[in-house]
Amino acid sequence: MEEVKLLGMWLSPYSYRVIWALKLKGIAYEYMEEDLSNKSPLLLQCNPVHKKIPVLIHGGKPICESSVILEYIEEIWPQNSLLPCDPYERAIARFWIKFADDKGPIVWKICGTRGEERQKVIEESLEMLKTIEEHGLGDKKFFGGDNISMVDIAFGGLAYWPGVIEKVLGRNLLEAHKFPRLHAWTKNFEEVPEVKENLPDLGRLLKRET
Amino acid sequence: MKVEIPNSMAEVKLFKTWSTPFGARVVWALKLKGIQYEAIDEDLSNKSALLLQYNPVYKKVPVLVHDGKPISESLVILEYIEETWKQNPILPEDPLGKAKARFWAKFNDEKLLPSIWSAFTKEGTEREEAMGAALESLKFVEEELKGKKFFGGEKIGLADLVFGWLANLTRVFEEVAGLKIPDERYPLLLAWLQEFSEHPIIKDYWPPHDKLVIKYQALYEKFHPAK
Repeated sequence: MEEVKLLGMWLSPYSYRVIWALKLKGIAYEYMEEDLSNKSPLLLQCNPVHKKIPVLIHGGKPICESSVILEYIEEIWPQNSLLPCDPYERAIARFWIKFADDKGPIVWKICGTRGEERQKVIEESLEMLKTIEEHGLGDKKFFGGDNISMVDIAFGGLAYWPGVIEKVLGRNLLEAHKFPRLHAWTKNFEEVPEVKENLPDLGRLLKRET
Repeated sequence: MKVEIPNSMAEVKLFKTWSTPFGARVVWALKLKGIQYEAIDEDLSNKSALLLQYNPVYKKVPVLVHDGKPISESLVILEYIEETWKQNPILPEDPLGKAKARFWAKFNDEKLLPSIWSAFTKEGTEREEAMGAALESLKFVEEELKGKKFFGGEKIGLADLVFGWLANLTRVFEEVAGLKIPDERYPLLLAWLQEFSEHPIIKDYWPPHDKLVIKYQALYEKFHPAK
């Protein structure tokens, strides 16, 4: 099998998306931590357009953009499938993966803002979470049903980030009574062994955000 | 007992507007594959109940409805079309080729298009900066066209359909806003604009220039009210 390398960053949820997918499929890879304040020549060569992580390098060929990487991983290593077979169900999955890409990031902005701007960001985040709660999850254990899939992975950052926000804001954004489905989902998601063993260190995250 | 009806035979509807680039890319994909569909052009100032029912999350066009089942988000729709109707593929077979096409599709929607739109709507230094960002983005796109007729190679592919809006709107933006994107520094892109817009399937669905000028002129005036 050709060599697999991952250029990532310890706190990036996008980096973790790729790690979780590789682990769930049992793919061996070499992980290389990037210092984003001092980007490696390899990163700049592999991702000249965005100069961002994550980058998957498979047999020397780079693939950029985490959701593109997830689709690539699914196609190259079809075991422990992360997408349904039916085209319509795949479309639903891709819709939510895109939602995670387009709307999810608002949550990361909470820690970096203050005052009125922070309030606005919090409100937008709650709206975003409400949409997932009402339209995305249903009453299933995971987004795709009984088993973890690409949609769960795409939303994975939401599983650990609220813990950070709670310490920073002094209140829980993802309250169980307001978001019963999402709240249950975060517990189910974090219990998956490949996720549990691959989460950023909360203490280190808090040190950075407070 | 579930009765299997060949999925490809079921009814196809497309909710869009006459001018939306996101709808155009879906129309082009359907036409390239020879799929019959019913077009429903929405008035976005008065959205139909059906549209709101089919796309409750975003309430936007385009929405493809296949056998009563709605799919929203144009890139998701394109992937669905590709997987449901296998003739005249718009994605290559190899996973790396697919990844590249998807990368450029995302690049258009997340970087290029927003920066050009910013250049259109903003003024002064903000407009200059947006133009700068757009031209930088175009350098990468120009590079990608080296040695190729289309982004998809010899044939139109996903990335061509996604970048296609530029071919339709470039002269409109020049006429209305004085924005020349791309200019003569991008010969490969200019050649591609020509090839794409002259393709028989593509030019069969081409939001008309004069009507677009009127629409975008009105929009421009909204963003740049006369002082």
